[in-house]
Amino acid sequence: MLVIVASLLQPFSSAWQHLFDTVLQDYITNSLLLMAGVGAGTLILGVSAAWLTAMCEFPGRKILSWAFLLPMAMPAYIIAYTYTGILDFSGPIQTALREAYGWQFGDYYFPEIRSLGGAICMLSLVLYPYVYMLVRVAFLEQSTAVLEASRSLGKKPWQTLFLVALPMARPAIVAGVSLALMETLADYGTVAYFGVSSFTTGIFRTWYGLGELTTAAQLCAFLMLFVFALIMAERWSRQRLRFHHHSAQKKMARLQLNGWRSMLAMSIGSLIVFLGFVLPAAQLSIWASTGWQEKLNAEFLRLLFNSFSLAAIAAVCCLLVAVFLAYTKRVFASRIELGAVAVASLGYAVPGTVIAVGVLIPVAWLDNQIDFLSTTWFDYPTGLLISGTIGLLVFAYLVRFLSVALNTVDSGLTAIKPSIDESARSLGATPSRVLRRIHLPILRTSLLTALLLVFVEVLKELPTTLILRPFNFNTLAVRTYELASDERLMDAALPALAIVIIGLLPVLLITKSILNEPFSNE
Amino acid sequence: MNKQLILDQVTVQYNALAAVSDATFSLAEGEIGCLLGPSGCGKTTLLRAIAGFEPLTSGTISLHGEHISTTKRTQAPEDRAVGMVFQDFALFPHLNVRDNIAFGLNKLSSSEKTQRIVEMLDLVSLVSVAERFPHELSGGQQQRVALARALAPSPQILLLDEPFSNLDAELRTQLAAEIRTLLKKNKVTALLVTHDQDEAFAMADKIALLNAGKIVQIDTPYKLYHKPGSLFAADFIGKGTVINVGIDAAGLLGNNLGSLSINALPEDLGNTVKLLVRPDDIAYDETSDTKLAIVSKSFLGPNYLYELALKDGQRVPCLTHSHIDIPVGNELPVRFDLRHVVIFNPD
Repeated sequence: MLVIVASLLQPFSSAWQHLFDTVLQDYITNSLLLMAGVGAGTLILGVSAAWLTAMCEFPGRKILSWAFLLPMAMPAYIIAYTYTGILDFSGPIQTALREAYGWQFGDYYFPEIRSLGGAICMLSLVLYPYVYMLVRVAFLEQSTAVLEASRSLGKKPWQTLFLVALPMARPAIVAGVSLALMETLADYGTVAYFGVSSFTTGIFRTWYGLGELTTAAQLCAFLMLFVFALIMAERWSRQRLRFHHHSAQKKMARLQLNGWRSMLAMSIGSLIVFLGFVLPAAQLSIWASTGWQEKLNAEFLRLLFNSFSLAAIAAVCCLLVAVFLAYTKRVFASRIELGAVAVASLGYAVPGTVIAVGVLIPVAWLDNQIDFLSTTWFDYPTGLLISGTIGLLVFAYLVRFLSVALNTVDSGLTAIKPSIDESARSLGATPSRVLRRIHLPILRTSLLTALLLVFVEVLKELPTTLILRPFNFNTLAVRTYELASDERLMDAALPALAIVIIGLLPVLLITKSILNEPFSNE
Repeated sequence: MNKQLILDQVTVQYNALAAVSDATFSLAEGEIGCLLGPSGCGKTTLLRAIAGFEPLTSGTISLHGEHISTTKRTQAPEDRAVGMVFQDFALFPHLNVRDNIAFGLNKLSSSEKTQRIVEMLDLVSLVSVAERFPHELSGGQQQRVALARALAPSPQILLLDEPFSNLDAELRTQLAAEIRTLLKKNKVTALLVTHDQDEAFAMADKIALLNAGKIVQIDTPYKLYHKPGSLFAADFIGKGTVINVGIDAAGLLGNNLGSLSINALPEDLGNTVKLLVRPDDIAYDETSDTKLAIVSKSFLGPNYLYELALKDGQRVPCLTHSHIDIPVGNELPVRFDLRHVVIFNPD
């Protein structure tokens, strides 16, 4: 982070001038358009999904309430290349159209999926669950009495939705859309594949194409301005949420939908899930299953091994640091410590590209210094010791995903009130016994959850791995991206499918908690 | 006087379980009623049925001469002229005080609206906080906003669901009296739901006592306290103990309790009766020969409340001045004052 900010102090190079003259405006315009589009898309999809499942009653509502989460398992770059395969000129849909009507190339208009609009659709389809989850809970927690008060003051149910329920859910909506937009800014795979010039692709291009490290870092700093605005929006809305919190006193009487309304609700809901998960997952399975014997070779197994071991190491490291930080925070709740914890938890909001660049620049400098010193003193060139090692990659993951682990561990730990520690101590337990007999059993689920979440995130992470991986070291995500970029969609399907299946694990976890929540009991 | 609200044999069922059955009750224009009863007795269900949130299984509810709920038709809550103050006030958190009050005023022109809001703010003395948001107000202020919001559209009836339960105990009776004055001054017909008899006594002209989904008694607060119609009412209202006592034809009670005036007795009397003994029915009298063992006592500030044992072991309460301080285990000389005692036949 500091490195990125410090890069602004360095003189802007001629490459910067070049960027400014040519593509910087494109980056800004495209990134803004992308954010506006994805913001609107996730808002509409997420809020409608939340409203249907939380406030209405229709056949299939229960299934939809967890099925709406499925697209979370689908990384944006994977859904992007799957839809390209489906909708491209040579894809099944256009081919079928041509055959049915005898058209030739250029005879008809078909929307180009590899465009800004396409990127917006893809990202909205997989990112709306952030909005859905938060808004759904907001709807469920809204006091029934407030909605009834609106009715008894003369407002119809739909007026109540727009005048009371939606405004009250506004903080949750803002928080959800901010999260979705952070993911949008962090996205590299989709925009790169679709050839949309945004900040992340720009950073890559400056880095690899122009070899301008400083300029890339300066671009990162500009990207961080956007991210920072989103963080502020998210924090602000969370504070507002506190005032808006009302616990439901009794089960909400859901609006009963009948006849064509319930059909409409069912079809809209199923369509969202179909487009966001079922269709791309089915297409991937078909691609992956054709000639799977050849694809399931030693190379694929090595990919699996690389990805899994990398993710496991990163997850364990994250967990250890998170537990250390969470306990430090619990024992010494001083301002400095809280500040450190808050900074550490910022990581997730920072795009992987930025983290990679931020980590690589100082390490490269350090490597060069060591090499220089050892060459001059011992006449032995060490080469690059740290750059391009697994260790550095794990460190970058740690920076990026620590907050995921920390939030989970922290929320588990706050469930253990200090009075529990005190009562155990007063019953004669030593601190280590308190840790073993009380904290570990209570925290076990949180710890496992944290481990799982980081594991899956690392497995899906593309840009950080792409920049920092050791030479010739491939993971599922990187290989998927490479194969897809080379238009070898069929070959990319197997690693992609593996990522999606593993990505389903945390979705199942959330699903379980949704099914267990008291509100959904009938 | 015109009947403003009429409940006629109202039954509300949830899943074949009757929450309220056969409730008949009415309020005249400007009258303040109360549904009183222990939790789970169906009083809130009845209130919600009047507001239009619960459909009826049988019976009718009419407001100002119009059927608003029947078995066949439940007029939507937004279409009936009913104002409601909710237990947790249910203020809209995203609107300030002014906009909360304005929420129900969509039928008025904007100048009429402004005028009505000012009237309402004035009525509940909240002019100074009109621009604040609900979370910036105290509990008492929130309650007055809820009241003003419900009254702003001039409803035919105001419903109050446990309106004081979220407030400090000291505030409750004071606020109840204040609200009563306000409602009376503005001739508002109102119906209150509570489990707290002090609130009911402070607010209501007329109380319907509910038990297990049925209205067991409808009376003024005074009569409900002094002439409870059933053991349940006797037990629920005020402090007191019901004891079984033998009685002879002349009205002489067992346990040395003295005698009852024969005229006050029901005709079909057996040889035992149940007596409701209130703490003020037994008085301390140092000249009395009747001495009862003290089982326990509690200090109430100005008074002591003693629990005494009769000869046969039944317990009765006795209220004395607090300077009469006799240790537990000793005896207290008392005199029975049975003029107001309530008599029930044993069942």
